[in-house]
Amino acid sequence: MVFFQNLINALQWGSFYALIALGYSMVYSILMLFNFAHGDIFMVGAYIGFGVSTALVSLAAMGAFALPGWLILVLTIIISMFLTSFVGMIVERVGYRPLRDAPRASAAITGLMIGIILETGNLALLGAERVKFPSLIETTTYDLGGVFVTNKKIMIVLVSITLSFALHQFIRRTRWGMAMRAMAFDFAVVPLMGVPLNRMAALTFALGSALAAAAGILFGVAYPVLDPYMGILIGWKAFVAAILGGRGSVVGATLAGFLLGFIEMFVPMIFPSTLRDFIAYTIVLLILVFRPHGFFGEAYSARLRL
Amino acid sequence: MLLEVNELRVSYGNIKALHGLDFQIDEGEIVCIIGANGAGKSTTLKAISRMVPVEAGTKMTFQGKDLLQYQPDKVVSKLGISHVPEGRRLFENLTVTENLMLATFARRDREQIALDIKRVFSIFPRLEERQTQKSGTLSGGEQQMLAVGRAYMSGRKVMLLDEPSMGLAPLLMMSMFEALKEINSQGTTILLVEQNARLALQFASRGYVLENGHMVLEGPSKELLENPDVKKAYLGG
Ligand SMILES: Nc1ncnc2c1ncn2[C@@H]1O[C@H](COP(=O)(O)OP(=O)(O)OP(=O)(O)O)[C@@H](O)[C@H]1O
Ligand SMILES: [Mg+2]
Repeated sequence: MVFFQNLINALQWGSFYALIALGYSMVYSILMLFNFAHGDIFMVGAYIGFGVSTALVSLAAMGAFALPGWLILVLTIIISMFLTSFVGMIVERVGYRPLRDAPRASAAITGLMIGIILETGNLALLGAERVKFPSLIETTTYDLGGVFVTNKKIMIVLVSITLSFALHQFIRRTRWGMAMRAMAFDFAVVPLMGVPLNRMAALTFALGSALAAAAGILFGVAYPVLDPYMGILIGWKAFVAAILGGRGSVVGATLAGFLLGFIEMFVPMIFPSTLRDFIAYTIVLLILVFRPHGFFGEAYSARLRL
Repeated sequence: MLLEVNELRVSYGNIKALHGLDFQIDEGEIVCIIGANGAGKSTTLKAISRMVPVEAGTKMTFQGKDLLQYQPDKVVSKLGISHVPEGRRLFENLTVTENLMLATFARRDREQIALDIKRVFSIFPRLEERQTQKSGTLSGGEQQMLAVGRAYMSGRKVMLLDEPSMGLAPLLMMSMFEALKEINSQGTTILLVEQNARLALQFASRGYVLENGHMVLEGPSKELLENPDVKKAYLGG
């Protein structure tokens, strides 16, 4: 019983990790940089979702339109993904593009700085008071023979799997996806194919940020109280999942996100829960000892120049 | 004049690689640049495809347009200048067909693309047999064919070729140059860079000799092949 109950919680947390990990993984494989501001983009996405849903709810209350809660949630996810993708593109344009030929350490430091700017910017804008994500759908709990599943948890897992599947298809089947795979292998040659690097970089950030926004809203549905630092820890964990999944692998990052959720949920079943993170990340490290490139890391050319 | 380059200067940090090159290429020509290791041959091609920054004072015009106004991807997609880089640099994680299709990223002429792919496969039948194979698993010769085919797909007013003979057995080398002649006869201008000077001069109608970032000689291939200095330095006596 407890096992299945944990399984369900693990799937929910895995969903958050997976969606955030995808953005880390894409940016890393295509632009050779870790966007350490990505956890904070998740936070910004959650707040944009808060703003959009609050606005939609109050418009509905004023009688502008009558929409069921679930539809408002769907609209919130779509609009917020769209808006947050611009945040990602701005971060790329302002923060990373000027550093494309700079040492990677500069880009890492810039990422941390951007994260701090987003956190403190949020504080400055909205103040220290925490905001509460509006409740858009009623919680229904299903009792499956002693295991309790809510409609929200089911929705969270389905949305995250659907989005990561959609990204996978995008990368496999479209010409932008093909260009992304080519960039992951050998960044320097891609312009010779007539592919505009800057637009590809913007696209990569846009996609990653949109997925992070989706994660932020799903998070807000499950844990409605938002705060400006909510992205830090979850961002680091998703980063670990991205590494574990293997460079640039959508399937890898998704599976690793869920695996991380499982490890975190199941470790306290056996060990004292105060040791949870210690043991969970020891397991992750051990996996990386045996698979240093993660689960599905694809080969790439180490040449950085033409 | 198709391509005109004046005072081409390139530096890598403090190292000056090109010290002010002047050269030009007419429509339909096959021109080669020969020179020893480190002379600056690859750098010259990279400057044309805008993959390395050039110094102030450099002038490059293509069909009367200022080449320096174009981003690298636009040099390919808008001007039709393609570049087969040194060492082929295929996307080894993509299949043969995907490599060819990626080169059409900026093109919208679907029907022509399909015809061009057919054309590449008729020039290099080996590639057609290996369409769905990952390009990293091709033999060296097949990889070189794909590198040329990919360039053909991306733009073909001018093809810049960086040592297409490298690593090919003599027989394959000959058939590669046959294929390039065929591509040229369809209207593609070729600028070829080679260490194998004899081969290059036999293939091209004109040549330039590059030494330590300076153009030291130029002329019709026949003359260069007879030139005592060229003979001594590049043709083995
Ligand atoms: N990325 C770089 N950074 C620093 N120096 C470079 C770089 N690329 C080339 N160089 C230098 O510029 C000079 C010209 O190099 P280039 O690659 O153009 O020579 P090349 O004629 O193509 O030689 P090869 O026949 O060996 O290919 C060389 O001295 C080389 O060391
Ligand atoms: Mg070279």
